[in-house]
Amino acid sequence: MPGPFAYFVWFVGLLCEAAVVVCALKKHAFRRYLLLNLYMTTAVVSELGRFKILAEYGFSSRQYQYFYYYSDAILTIFLYFALSTLYAHVFSEMNAERYVKMGTLLLLTGTALFTYAVVEQSTAKLVTHFVVELSQNLYFVGLVLTYVLWAAILKLRETRTRLIQLVLSLGVYFSLFAANYAIRNLYPPLSSVFVPLVQVFGLFLPLAWAYAFWRLPEDARLVPARLAVIPR
Amino acid sequence: MMAAIILVCSVVFLLQFFVSYCRSLIAASIKHALSAEVQDVTGIKSSASGEDFARVVQLLQLCPDRPEDRSGVQAIGAYFGLLGFVRSTIARLIPTLRAWTERERGQCTYFAAVTLERRIAFSRDMFAQQLES
Repeated sequence: MPGPFAYFVWFVGLLCEAAVVVCALKKHAFRRYLLLNLYMTTAVVSELGRFKILAEYGFSSRQYQYFYYYSDAILTIFLYFALSTLYAHVFSEMNAERYVKMGTLLLLTGTALFTYAVVEQSTAKLVTHFVVELSQNLYFVGLVLTYVLWAAILKLRETRTRLIQLVLSLGVYFSLFAANYAIRNLYPPLSSVFVPLVQVFGLFLPLAWAYAFWRLPEDARLVPARLAVIPR
Repeated sequence: MMAAIILVCSVVFLLQFFVSYCRSLIAASIKHALSAEVQDVTGIKSSASGEDFARVVQLLQLCPDRPEDRSGVQAIGAYFGLLGFVRSTIARLIPTLRAWTERERGQCTYFAAVTLERRIAFSRDMFAQQLES
């Protein structure tokens, strides 16, 4: 069973996810960033579902394990689509929305096929293995896509502060998770340290997004070249 | 092999995103002019110094915080720590890097002072609401 600290982090995470939606609604940004907010709403529902199943069946039950990994995969796919809407925002002036949608679907299908090809060898619990692997691979694909988007922001001299912070915080979040999964694959004995960290890392994105929606007005602007690690 | 490549890429990207994210937080707050009251409390007049960061953070901890501000303060705290590490290692050898870390540390302090001002305003609002009800 999770300890008091894990329950505390879980509860704070739930509050922060709800706070994102509330902040976006209050600042009239819900519709503008619809998929990001729908992702957070789904995350809240998923957390509540996890808690209910944990209370009913217990932490080590198969029901909880299945619900956890399947809901995590669905959330990752949702976040991946949310990222594609950030692309649409950055490329809005180029009318590239159709190409972004097509690219997103193609890359998702490609990642799913690659994952299937990798897990096909393991005969036991193929679907569950596929779901877990797909989630991990999507974190890395998401990270690379966010990096490309950040490069596009610098190149196109995008100045919308809120959009920039949403993209950068998503990049930090994806990198934390991708690094976490990579360490766990490289050094399985360290899993006992890095598995609980997933919950703590999970707090970053809702906190950063709540801050971006609450503190930054849509018309706030900054010079993105000043943010680059290597001055441009 | 694949996991090692993913790990290296993730750590490099993480550093880049993290530094850029922190600088975006600072850039958004740097235009905010501090009130005379906060200038008196923090001792920051026009430009802030990295040496004052710990003191301003202590003042911050005295005020009730808001969840949406928490990530910013923690991220800047971690960034300040990272800058401190760079300053005491690589920057000792490169003078321009040392000047850059000093400037960045000062801006971290300014960010903390702006957050302090927001928290004081938030506390005042709460107090006023309590008095009204």
